[in-house]
Amino acid sequence: MKRMTGAELMLRLLERQGVGTIAGIPGGCNLPLYDALRASRIRHVLARHEQGAGFIAQGMARVTGRPAVCFATSGPGATNLLTAIADAKLDSIPLVAVTGQVPRAMIGTDAFQEIDTYGLTVPITKHNFLVRSAAELLDVVPAAFRIAASGRPGPIVIDVPKDVQNEAVDIDVLPAPGRPDPPPPPRAEDVARAAAMIDAAERPVLLIGAGVVAADAAQTLRRLVDKAALPTATTLLGLGALPHDHPRCLGMVGMHAARSTNMVLEECDLLVGLGIRFDDRATGKAAEFCPGARIVHVDIDASELGKIKTPTLGIRADVGATLRALAAAVAPASRPAWTRRIARLRAEHPLVMRAPDDPLDPYGIIRHTAAVLPPDAIVTTDVGQHQMWAAQAFPCSRPRQWLTSGGLGTMGFGLPAAIGAALAAPGRPVVCFSGDGSLLMNVQELATAAEENVDVKVVLLNNAHLGLVRQHQELFFGGRYHASRFHAEPDFPAIARGFGVRAWDLGAVVDPRATLAEALAAPGPGLVNVPIDAAENVYPMVPPGGANRDMIGGELHATAC
Amino acid sequence: MRPHADVVLRLHVRNHPGVMSHVCGLFARRAFNVEGILCLPIEDATRSAILLLVHDDDRLDQMILQLRKLEDVLDVGRAHAARDAFAAVRPYL
Repeated sequence: MKRMTGAELMLRLLERQGVGTIAGIPGGCNLPLYDALRASRIRHVLARHEQGAGFIAQGMARVTGRPAVCFATSGPGATNLLTAIADAKLDSIPLVAVTGQVPRAMIGTDAFQEIDTYGLTVPITKHNFLVRSAAELLDVVPAAFRIAASGRPGPIVIDVPKDVQNEAVDIDVLPAPGRPDPPPPPRAEDVARAAAMIDAAERPVLLIGAGVVAADAAQTLRRLVDKAALPTATTLLGLGALPHDHPRCLGMVGMHAARSTNMVLEECDLLVGLGIRFDDRATGKAAEFCPGARIVHVDIDASELGKIKTPTLGIRADVGATLRALAAAVAPASRPAWTRRIARLRAEHPLVMRAPDDPLDPYGIIRHTAAVLPPDAIVTTDVGQHQMWAAQAFPCSRPRQWLTSGGLGTMGFGLPAAIGAALAAPGRPVVCFSGDGSLLMNVQELATAAEENVDVKVVLLNNAHLGLVRQHQELFFGGRYHASRFHAEPDFPAIARGFGVRAWDLGAVVDPRATLAEALAAPGPGLVNVPIDAAENVYPMVPPGGANRDMIGGELHATAC
Repeated sequence: MRPHADVVLRLHVRNHPGVMSHVCGLFARRAFNVEGILCLPIEDATRSAILLLVHDDDRLDQMILQLRKLEDVLDVGRAHAARDAFAAVRPYL
């Protein structure tokens, strides 16, 4: 029998879950937790805004695939976390957010820094808890980790009133750590039917998403792709699950796909969706997505099957186990006619990069950065034009190499997620492609990067605009620009240096390539400012609500003349 | 929009203060109107049964799948006979 406080019990349980690092910010209502954390072997990373702490934890979770933890106090601490929690929900990232709450007796009194964290997080969590006694933590903490990592992963909030943190409790035995439930296997008859549909198809395509990454199924996927000669497109979050240079890899589908990729999906007669949710940025107008195709949809979340597209065959199962079974069940195939057709589409309608050799071109800076990075580098992005250019042009070769905010599309994701990635994968360089709009949304985390001395380089595509907003106003609002240009242009290198972060400006040097290489090779955090022409757009583009066949721009001939 | 028949869903849930907000939130944020709610503890009061009177529209199957994802919802089914329960409480409203 051991007597401890709720806070000490929480830390013991987190240690037993294998948590090595927690990002967070202390405040009035989580100080007992911080007092216990001081005595714990768990490392704490002090963020500069709770949203930063949430995204640092996300970066750790996205790189490792295991639940990561962030701490925040009650009231504004909790509300500041909300965006990072919602982001984790939409991208199915296992996250455990532990928030302080006012003492039980003060709940409902509008106490200082009281907010209904439980109520606020109902729609943005997989599950949430308001802990009512220290002893409850024995059930709640293992349950939180089990739920976060089971099935389709997601974020969990544990809201702990301050007096529960201080409550003494006698503990006989600590519970076993929470582990993911075994994922549901596919039914044999479903696998047989899916394999028969693949064997019978003349023009099959795989579309792979975050579920393949979450299931650690990249190797198995490759066996299926190679055996049955299956062309494979990815969603934004599926990038890297099949290496970019694999001959069957078609790259990203959807709003900013290469023309040929959307055209291949337009022509397919069988679409096998693996760990995807038919997001509108991927499908365009859903009713006209893959119009001639039968659909096999494999997902671990039953509510995704038929939510957007009614599948011919829906398989609610672990995508990894399903891929293993499918790889064994399909007949070997080479599909010469379909392979030739795809090769022709890709030759005639490739992704057109205007100036991939120019380091001050959007594609050029991404290609040059990729060329300098070692193969184990991790890439994060913010949200906007730079994100889409990077999705198109960065050569992703491994799952969990590419961390981006897909579903929520959160500007401000990139820098703190990069810090989290660097903390979780020490020794591996991390590059954050960002924009001048996005970076300012969590720029304070440069201080965290400096303090932790993480190997994170921000490559800032700076066009002094909210570039994707500007692009929408140009294309869909008659060129009536409003509120998309920043008239005050911050001196980003000076800002970085002010935070204690080294900085380079490719617009102010004679040899930008050499400077980029020098910056990326320097140890510790750094920022590389890259002036980009504000008139550059991301092409091709499917208008919002349009069908994927109706792409604007990005034709090969447009740049040939 | 064509008029919809009403249908009753019966949920078995863990009985604690937050479960109703999880259930109702699913409907509210999809603008899916709930016509009637009845809720009582069952067994040893560790569980509750909730009857929801809802329109039988195209989204109902998706709603049921979403309800089944809720951690505190143990079971969801249709319960046609339970329509009478709503009629029975009417005199007390």
